[in-house]
Amino acid sequence: METVTLTMKNQPDLYLEADNITPDAFAGKKVEEIADLHVYVGREQHRLGEFFEVSGRAGATPETTKIVINGDLSRVKYIGMKMTGGEIVVNSDLDMYVGAWMQGGRITVNGNVDSFAGTGMKGGELIINGNAGNYLGAAYRGDWRGMSGGKIIVSGNAGSDIGTFMTGGEIIIGGDVDVHVATHAEGGRIVIKGNAKSRLGGQMVEGEIYVFGTIDLMMPGFAYRQDVDIDMDGIKGRFALYEGDLGERHRKRKGQTIYGKIYQLIEA
Amino acid sequence: MAEYLIKNGFVFDPVIGIRGDIADIAIKDCKFVETSEVKDPKVIDAAGKTVMAGGVDVHAHVAGPKVNVGRNFRPEDKLFTYKPRSGVERMQGGFSVPTTIRTGYNYARMGYTTVMEAAMPPLYARHTHEEIRDTPILDQGAYPVFGNNWFVLEYLRNDEIENTAAYVAWLLRATKGYAVKVVNPGGTEAWGWGLNCENIHDPVPYFNITPAQIVKGLIEANEYLGLPHSMHIHANNLGNPGNYTTTLDTFRLSEGIRPRSKFGRDQVMHHTHVQFHSYGGDSWANFESKAPEIIDYVNSHDNITIDLGAVTLDETTTMTADGPFEHHLTELNHLKWANTDVELETGSGVVPYIYSPSIKVCAIQWCIGLELALLAKDPMRVFLSTDHPNAGPFTRYPRIMKWLMSEEARNQQIDSFKYRDKVIDATNLAGIDRELDLYEIAQMTRAGPAKALGLSQIYGGLAPGLDADVAVYDFNPNEPYAPDDIETAFSSAEHLFKTGVQVIRDHEIVSNGNKRTLWVNAKVNENPQVMRDVREKFLRYYTVTLNNYEVSGHYLPNPYVIEVDATQ
Repeated sequence: METVTLTMKNQPDLYLEADNITPDAFAGKKVEEIADLHVYVGREQHRLGEFFEVSGRAGATPETTKIVINGDLSRVKYIGMKMTGGEIVVNSDLDMYVGAWMQGGRITVNGNVDSFAGTGMKGGELIINGNAGNYLGAAYRGDWRGMSGGKIIVSGNAGSDIGTFMTGGEIIIGGDVDVHVATHAEGGRIVIKGNAKSRLGGQMVEGEIYVFGTIDLMMPGFAYRQDVDIDMDGIKGRFALYEGDLGERHRKRKGQTIYGKIYQLIEA
Repeated sequence: MAEYLIKNGFVFDPVIGIRGDIADIAIKDCKFVETSEVKDPKVIDAAGKTVMAGGVDVHAHVAGPKVNVGRNFRPEDKLFTYKPRSGVERMQGGFSVPTTIRTGYNYARMGYTTVMEAAMPPLYARHTHEEIRDTPILDQGAYPVFGNNWFVLEYLRNDEIENTAAYVAWLLRATKGYAVKVVNPGGTEAWGWGLNCENIHDPVPYFNITPAQIVKGLIEANEYLGLPHSMHIHANNLGNPGNYTTTLDTFRLSEGIRPRSKFGRDQVMHHTHVQFHSYGGDSWANFESKAPEIIDYVNSHDNITIDLGAVTLDETTTMTADGPFEHHLTELNHLKWANTDVELETGSGVVPYIYSPSIKVCAIQWCIGLELALLAKDPMRVFLSTDHPNAGPFTRYPRIMKWLMSEEARNQQIDSFKYRDKVIDATNLAGIDRELDLYEIAQMTRAGPAKALGLSQIYGGLAPGLDADVAVYDFNPNEPYAPDDIETAFSSAEHLFKTGVQVIRDHEIVSNGNKRTLWVNAKVNENPQVMRDVREKFLRYYTVTLNNYEVSGHYLPNPYVIEVDATQ
């Protein structure tokens, strides 16, 4: 694995749209070529090198390329967009759309991220050692194809509307979440280790939500079924199982109706 | 003004009857002229290339409130499809519901110069004309919808053809419309009661009239006025297994009626997107093609024209004034749905749809669209369309040409279907070896639609006196080519002239053209009853006044008025 290091040297006047910061775009390029990749500030096109000091070397393929980014990146969007492999480590807070539509590889953010992280994600790992904003792992505006694979791990809290239209993959939140979890979901798993507020699983037809803490208000479309003991993938304890959203269509599999499931921890 | 001479191209033109011979085409000012009439022309070398008149689309949803709902509620359709401004081109976006700007440019890139908006709700005619105005290059007209209009239902219930005709003439003038469009006659009105009209004898609630009476009455009113285009219909029961009988019943309503129009058309009924109306079986499980039955009728009745509505196997956005159908569709695919009622006049719905090659029904639909074209005996009466964006985006026309012109391309597609054998069993396409030639393509995309629209005096051919709309494609029909070469060449015209202005040069858009809006001004005898009915309905029912309804001049900065005198 070869490493390219980017160090922020100039802040953009507006926000920087840097969807070219991916192992896919960097692979096989020299440092000067990487500095020549374009970024957008508003409608103006600029060179990556105008904002970042570029050093190190890229691997021949995305899989053998690691990108380490230092400096204050709180106004940089779209890092790791559509990446298929390799690794990105960001030592800063980030703006929106980190790891959006990513298909493989790993992104580690040592800081907080703004909204739409992991939008439409298909694969790979997105690790956020901080808090996440709204629409984590959700679908793009208007789209009905949300996160379909891969894993998002947030050590802190997340905002509202996480996992909207999720169809697969896993989101693990170490802390609390705001309203609207897994709205319209048709699969996937969301684990909330802290507390949730309300509107979990609205219009959900399939998928799982685990809540270790409190839920302020359960949706009226979810019905309590039974208590179950679970011990898998770091989820251990006795949970109350709710099924829903009963107001929605639900498909059948082997004669059984499939529901969205909410598990709430009773005792560890 | 400018003179041009397009030299030595392989010319395909049904109007002058030239089938790929080498010929020169001369342009002076905005018209084609004899080559002897140009003195110092700018020469375009078209040697080894294909030359055709500008394309004419009889049926596409490209402007108006329902198209805009599609744009608004599908931001994902624009994701990653934006193109920034460059040269004379303005910013563009969208795939299945592109911006007005992209609509104009992409039609031009395919060599099309005239496009008709297929369904204009009269109440929102202003919006439709605003979008038409913002669509560069293309000459356009819009068809107001009549098949669920309260005035029409009330007049035709009593067989009042003359009053219907007077109302049609008034509404065409008020909305600056081009033709009489009928969508699911009676059914969209019935949808206001949560009902539908599933066949031509299914009565419309409250109005006590049947779709058959509406269709026949509107054909008669259309011929009473002698409008340039015929009545243009999307029949009842669209999209349902077994609906081909409803389609044949609808066709039969035109029997015995001959055109009474000075505009050179031969048909009294244009049935649109017939692919959606050619289904057999009684469920999605035994769904099958009835294209042969449908096209046999069309082949043997010369007072009917149709367009295909060919499925292109894309992710697209369906939109129609057929409100109940769109509700039916959202129940099938569970995707988002918009529906609207347009007071006294019509309704509409919008639902995204994915025609997947892995779904048997979609693959059968794809076959049916192509079967209709390949079994047609008279390509002057069967036009290429996708009912854009319903069966696919118009930008796929070159791909449809490829499928129609190459059995190899069709077989490749059939072999890639997940349910290949079941699809072959339910359709006829695999047994058809016909390959259309460019002359037949020119009939289906130029001369035929221009004639059916009553516009053969300005569009559809290269004869001297016609408007100088002409495309040059980088395609040599006399050299060996791969099927994909057809699609590539017809997706990007090398040169395009629109009314004598060079709009595309060397595949680049170099002008935003001189777009015109066509509308029909039909003069009828004064009809105090109809005018009183109009005033009364606006006072009693409409939420707007007449003054806020009519489309005034500034909505049409460059109008092209077609005058019809129906006074007698």
